Amino acid sequence: MEYAPRGNTLPDRPVSVVGSTVVRAERLDAGFRDKAVWTNASFEIERGEFVAVIGPNGAGKTTLFRMLLGLQRPLAGALTVFGESPRRGNRRIGYVPQRHSVDIDTHIDCDSFVRLGVTGTRWGPGLPNRADRDAAAAALASVGAGELAHKCIGTLSGGELQRIFLAEAMVGDPEMLLLDEPLSNLDLRRSRDLVALVSGLVESHHVTTLLVAHDINPLIQRLDKVVYIANGRVATGTPAEVLTSESLTALYGVPVEVLHDSRGNLVIVGAEESLGGEHE
Amino acid sequence: MTFDISWNPVTDLRVMWQFEFMRNAFEAGTIIAIVAGIIGYFVVLRRSAFATHALGHVGFSGAAGAVFLGVNPVFGLLAFTMSGATGMALLGRRAATRDIEIGTVLAFMLGLGLLFLSLYKGFATEAYGILFGEVLGISTAGVVFTLEASVVVLVATLAVYRRLLFASLDEEVAEAKGLPMLALGLVFMLLLAVAISIAVQVIGVLLIFALMVTPAAIAVRVTRSPLGAIVVSALVAVFSVWLGLSVAFFINKPYPASFFIVSTSFVIYVTVRTVAALRDWLLPRGGRDEHTRAAADPGGT
Repeated sequence: MEYAPRGNTLPDRPVSVVGSTVVRAERLDAGFRDKAVWTNASFEIERGEFVAVIGPNGAGKTTLFRMLLGLQRPLAGALTVFGESPRRGNRRIGYVPQRHSVDIDTHIDCDSFVRLGVTGTRWGPGLPNRADRDAAAAALASVGAGELAHKCIGTLSGGELQRIFLAEAMVGDPEMLLLDEPLSNLDLRRSRDLVALVSGLVESHHVTTLLVAHDINPLIQRLDKVVYIANGRVATGTPAEVLTSESLTALYGVPVEVLHDSRGNLVIVGAEESLGGEHE
Repeated sequence: MTFDISWNPVTDLRVMWQFEFMRNAFEAGTIIAIVAGIIGYFVVLRRSAFATHALGHVGFSGAAGAVFLGVNPVFGLLAFTMSGATGMALLGRRAATRDIEIGTVLAFMLGLGLLFLSLYKGFATEAYGILFGEVLGISTAGVVFTLEASVVVLVATLAVYRRLLFASLDEEVAEAKGLPMLALGLVFMLLLAVAISIAVQVIGVLLIFALMVTPAAIAVRVTRSPLGAIVVSALVAVFSVWLGLSVAFFINKPYPASFFIVSTSFVIYVTVRTVAALRDWLLPRGGRDEHTRAAADPGGT
């Protein structure tokens, strides 16, 4: 089904700010301690762009998110978010981590869970109030999950769960969303539904979105930009620029072929052999 | 002297409350049940049941040491559980997952407690009290101390309530939003240490689960909001203590109150699980598929 995020109650931002740079990386090296996972990446992400971060397992996609969130420092180079150094607790960023620690036995309803996204950093017990309730309701509505408000998190399907996580990330009305592998446990149809939903949020809320994924196909028609991380290097550009045999061959350093089928799907051949690993 | 139960709760309570030791038991037991029920919710949420169990054993060693030195056991309990709690909190963000390290320390602490007790002459009743609780032996001064410690725990819990809830329920997002995870973990473990130290008087280190874990485990199964779960958890704990004390009093045999308290919470737990299992069997719910399990399980890289 198609979700219709337009006409919800979250305020739209002025369109005039679209086009300013949200993320700027210059000669950026990423890694843990002294071990680099990728080096020398320079790219910019503009306001309101929908960006896919693609690459094989262990390529350093989550590392990029951790640096943007201020949880990990760059090994070298410069990285700015909204023109500043990344810092932990930046309220302008909404985050959906890959390994979400919500347990299947968690008997808590979606409304309480999403509301924590806005109240969870406050001191004191806090009395229930209209502003917080409205914020949670608006976030749930923005992902088309209003009817799930009183359901327990533990009883949701994979697609519903991802919508609730997305609502939790949206609840502070962020300017940038970082979504780590939201599609990893969804089948192709649910993946496309979620991508349509995220794409709708990007348009209606002008929220700059980075989405980590293994497979480009559910995303490709809605993307503005691709950040392709592989083999310790990063290639950035429009899908048409990055997802070509020439560009990926240069990235991987071995011959890689990008094949197109009649419905616009891509198959990337040769990459998995070069890394000796899985590449979906 | 024997007492017959009238089955009129007002009359029965009046009969029990004519004795100071029963009044003290009800007062201390109620206060402790409320604290244990509330802290227990976070124990269940953070999956720290093993850490709770271990802190009880660490407390045993401290209490035995205090008995040996001729000090009030509760101070030994507090000193040891708070040190242990600090160590566990610094070990990792979720001490509950450090079961190998905790288990190693737990065994050593039990051994140490045993040594202290063997060094102290006439240890049997003291050891028994620490291990299984001595709810009918709580003094009026003990009730006052319990109340003071409980007020500290409850005020501190209220102060960090929403932050602790967020950090316990959604660790990665809470960390990204800037919550100090290590500090919150430390605060929680210290609150747990104090709660365990005072609860030991009622239920003992070995039966601490009956007030700390079982009521909260029941509560999360019958509620959907954190506040609802906390209220139910505290109510179940209080009910267990009241029913346990009443049965121990009216049964007119020297059976320990701890046994009846543990039994009450256990019977409620089994009933709730049975009813839930029957309901699932008779009315299968839709909408839950294998994706949920996959998406909710931690795994992969």
